[in-house]
Amino acid sequence: MVGECLVDLNGRFKLVTGRTLIQGMGKERGKFTEEYLKEISICELDPEDMKLLSIVEGELIIVKTEFGEAKLVAKASTRAPHRGVIFIPYGPVASLLTSPHTDGSGMPSLKGIEAEVFKG
Amino acid sequence: MLIRGVVCTVCGCCCDDLNVEVVDGRVERVENACSLALSKFKHHSSDRILKPLMRKGNGFKEAPYHEAIREAARLLVDSNYPLLWGWCLTSCEAVKLGLELAELVGGVIDNNSSVCHGPGLIGVQDIGISGCSLGEVKNRADLILYWGSNPVNAHPRHMARYTAFAKGRFEASRGDRKLIVVDVRRTETAKLADEFYQIEPNSDYELLTALRCAVNGEEMELNTVAGLPVERVEELADSLISCRFGVLFYGLGLTMTYGKSRNLDAALSLVRDLNRKTKFLIMPMRGHFNVTGSNEVFTWVTGYPFGVDFSKGYPEYNPGITTISDVLRREECDAALIVASDPIAHLPSSLADTLKKIPMITVDPHRTPTTEASRIVIPSAIVGLESTGTVYRMDGVPLECKKILNPPPGVKTDFEVMSDLLAEVKGLLR
Repeated sequence: MVGECLVDLNGRFKLVTGRTLIQGMGKERGKFTEEYLKEISICELDPEDMKLLSIVEGELIIVKTEFGEAKLVAKASTRAPHRGVIFIPYGPVASLLTSPHTDGSGMPSLKGIEAEVFKG
Repeated sequence: MLIRGVVCTVCGCCCDDLNVEVVDGRVERVENACSLALSKFKHHSSDRILKPLMRKGNGFKEAPYHEAIREAARLLVDSNYPLLWGWCLTSCEAVKLGLELAELVGGVIDNNSSVCHGPGLIGVQDIGISGCSLGEVKNRADLILYWGSNPVNAHPRHMARYTAFAKGRFEASRGDRKLIVVDVRRTETAKLADEFYQIEPNSDYELLTALRCAVNGEEMELNTVAGLPVERVEELADSLISCRFGVLFYGLGLTMTYGKSRNLDAALSLVRDLNRKTKFLIMPMRGHFNVTGSNEVFTWVTGYPFGVDFSKGYPEYNPGITTISDVLRREECDAALIVASDPIAHLPSSLADTLKKIPMITVDPHRTPTTEASRIVIPSAIVGLESTGTVYRMDGVPLECKKILNPPPGVKTDFEVMSDLLAEVKGLLR
């Protein structure tokens, strides 16, 4: 159930990518600006999951999926609780982790992807 | 000079009440803009491409406009199966020319909806849609349901102009409307809701199906659905049934997750079921300002809203086959024309890597990861700031954009670039 711990000891998570206000403003400012590049390199985690994995705010972490891996900066989510769910804003870093499979729909899987989180 | 009624060209809300003060050819002040729009108006001139560029070794060299057009046309004509991609951050007029070009060169033409709301369009083809304009929502809706959508971040004025906080004719205040959010996280939108249902990722289809059962009065022999106690599912169904005029706005939380177009089959069917009990409508929260217009023009011209293949000489539509992700996964295309889009940044990286291997021609106002990986780059004016053009709001209402600034010297509009490219291709094929 949501709110309870969905995380097993192997650190398996569900990755959700999406829009944030800062990412949206950043892309209008420019795809090579510091504001944009900083925002697309964060990974939001539930603060309780961060405690469980001994990850602190601002720490480098590695997120791995079946499709790739990426180094990101850990950020405590302000949208918690969402145990077992991690969030990365849309952009080239999130794209390293997303699935090209479309299941016959044309739509690659950009949300709800199995992921693992490691200390960087 | 204060220019009133400017159409914003950021998200699918296409807010048409912006007032922009232009002084000495620069934007000095913008009224009624959200933070996304303000960022666009403030930074539109940063990192611009001012001259056509052609690849030379690891870098670019500037090229005369007509040489860039000639080389781009030659690339497309010599290609066996070119991909023509983008078409959602530009005008309907440019999209129409893109479709003509795709037919001439026997390519596959697709727009951004295949990686955003395409599954919803497939759902509409399967089930049908009970739709309306945003004006109807503003004036009449007493229940707003956002599902897998966070408008506070992605469509910042949606709630103020059309839904929870809008002053309508019959539903005048926030107190007159119930706001419900279904999402996997307690987003900023969820924090404003009267009812919030937090569900497990990839369980939308399960919940939608359970809601259909509850709405239709069927018993559920379950304790939990999508992470929710079944009593809460029944509570949500009761809220949906008991409104006078409800609207379900769905975001990419429904289209990009497990189930994809089947999620939309279920959502559209739920709304159909609800109409046996009350008045209920459904609308996608479209992202790019003219993704709806792109679907409209594709459909007028070919019969299909996205993913159209002209390789057999006639339009063929088969999502999962004729869509960008699938043609790239099969490594079928040997050239690409990208208009007003940045697929290298946003496609899953294995697909972006395939795209980088083939020669790309990119038409865009700004430098992006896609322009950096292109063989030919042609700069363009920004629609809605530096050129006019027709765009479609997320509810299918067409709006005419204004030109409030001049583009940089020598920079042409998407429409002009596409007209010149089309003429050059016709000349080569003659």
